[in-house]
Amino acid sequence: MQEGGAQPTGSSTGNPHAARDHARAQGGTRVEAMPVLPASAADGWPQDVADADKVWAETLAAGGYAGKILARGTRLELTDLAGDGCVSLLAFNREMPTERLNVADTVKIQWNGYLGEGRFLLTDMGRVLFSILADEAGTHDTFCGASNAAGNARKYGSGDNYGPHPNARDRFRLGVAKFGLGVRDVHPCITLFKGARIGADGTIAPEIGPFAPGRRVVLRAEMEVIVVLANCPHVLDPRPEYAVSPVRLRAWRGPVAGGDDALRNSTPEALRAFLNTEDYYNR
Amino acid sequence: MDIAAGPLVLDETVPARAPWMHGVARGQTLEIIDLEGNQAVDFLLYAAADDAERYSAQDTVAMQGNIFLRKGSVLYSSEGNPMMRIVDTNVAYHDTIGGACSCESNTLRYGHHTKAQHACVDNFLEANARAGRGKRDMVSNINWFMNVPVEGDGTLGIVDGISAPGLSVRLEALMDVVAVVSNCPQINNPCNGFNPTAVRMIIRA
Repeated sequence: MQEGGAQPTGSSTGNPHAARDHARAQGGTRVEAMPVLPASAADGWPQDVADADKVWAETLAAGGYAGKILARGTRLELTDLAGDGCVSLLAFNREMPTERLNVADTVKIQWNGYLGEGRFLLTDMGRVLFSILADEAGTHDTFCGASNAAGNARKYGSGDNYGPHPNARDRFRLGVAKFGLGVRDVHPCITLFKGARIGADGTIAPEIGPFAPGRRVVLRAEMEVIVVLANCPHVLDPRPEYAVSPVRLRAWRGPVAGGDDALRNSTPEALRAFLNTEDYYNR
Repeated sequence: MDIAAGPLVLDETVPARAPWMHGVARGQTLEIIDLEGNQAVDFLLYAAADDAERYSAQDTVAMQGNIFLRKGSVLYSSEGNPMMRIVDTNVAYHDTIGGACSCESNTLRYGHHTKAQHACVDNFLEANARAGRGKRDMVSNINWFMNVPVEGDGTLGIVDGISAPGLSVRLEALMDVVAVVSNCPQINNPCNGFNPTAVRMIIRA
């Protein structure tokens, strides 16, 4: 290698003091897709949420990912701000992440493949990870899973995390790594805001939109969970361009489902899943 | 179905309710024969070179735009690579969405009185443990010979089978794979005709 070149005259980052000032001057910048800390400083909360209960305020970038530990009873609201969000979701039992979302059990045990208000997400251990308290979208996908590097490379010319067209699976790799988890922990996912309908012959009809802006989904954590989200175009999105828009996340503490909770008691399978969950924390 | 060709590598009968695991090299075929009819065969695949890469139900159904596996279907991995291809089958379609029964899911579907019954997840865990794999390596599996229709409103379920004695599926390995099977012990739904039976596995070069 050659000797380094001369410093540019008048550089604002030519010495550590100047570089520190330069870095610090960037603080306070606001962009659309970012976390807001503390969460209570963010806008866009439901009216009745107390500041002390606000635990997560972040807008997930187009192509971005995020994760969070949520306490039992926490509500997680996702808002498809511009109508083209596509949020794939992984979820784990925080204290024992080998227990995690099981998509096959989720659809089999509810006798239905379509998610919506009143349905729940199950672990492989017969317990409830999340309930769906509200759903203004109605277009969600339990079948098609996450995009991957090979598929994004075919569709968009690239699929790498370092490029302009990241894929959901590699977003998940990074997302779970932040919780000490690895590629074996990246399990079959569900996807919110983009749908998949199944024909009588098994054909998958994707529901891609774009949809009306502002559709919301509210989940309730029924266990202490790690949730990891990736916001990348749906794997069956037919559009040639990498089309996805930011999604707003708001989470706040709330009460754990009580014995009279309507969703808990909605079906025999739901009741037994909640009983299993309550039994797990009965220690 | 066409008669299988190629030198015989392995011909084993998996007893009712039992696990099974075996490698299938690229270019070899694995034939699974439903000896007595309507016996669900729960099935996972791992790449022999790196078992962090495994069969992905979601990649497989997304790639073919259909949830059913039929003659010609390609089984894709979690990294989007082709693992096996259905060379032939004389059953109309096979299941990708029903997953494996477990002691825990049995408590939800049928009641806590079924908790102690043997289940596919326990077979998968036992077979995988011999290869150093654990619970993190469990993903949505294929159910050969199992019938899970989806109705217009999303209602789905395991219903009476469409297989029959002697029907089979034959797969060609497109990479070196390890196949892990649970010969399903379920007795609370019609996936095994309420009577788990043996199946036969034939590998040819």
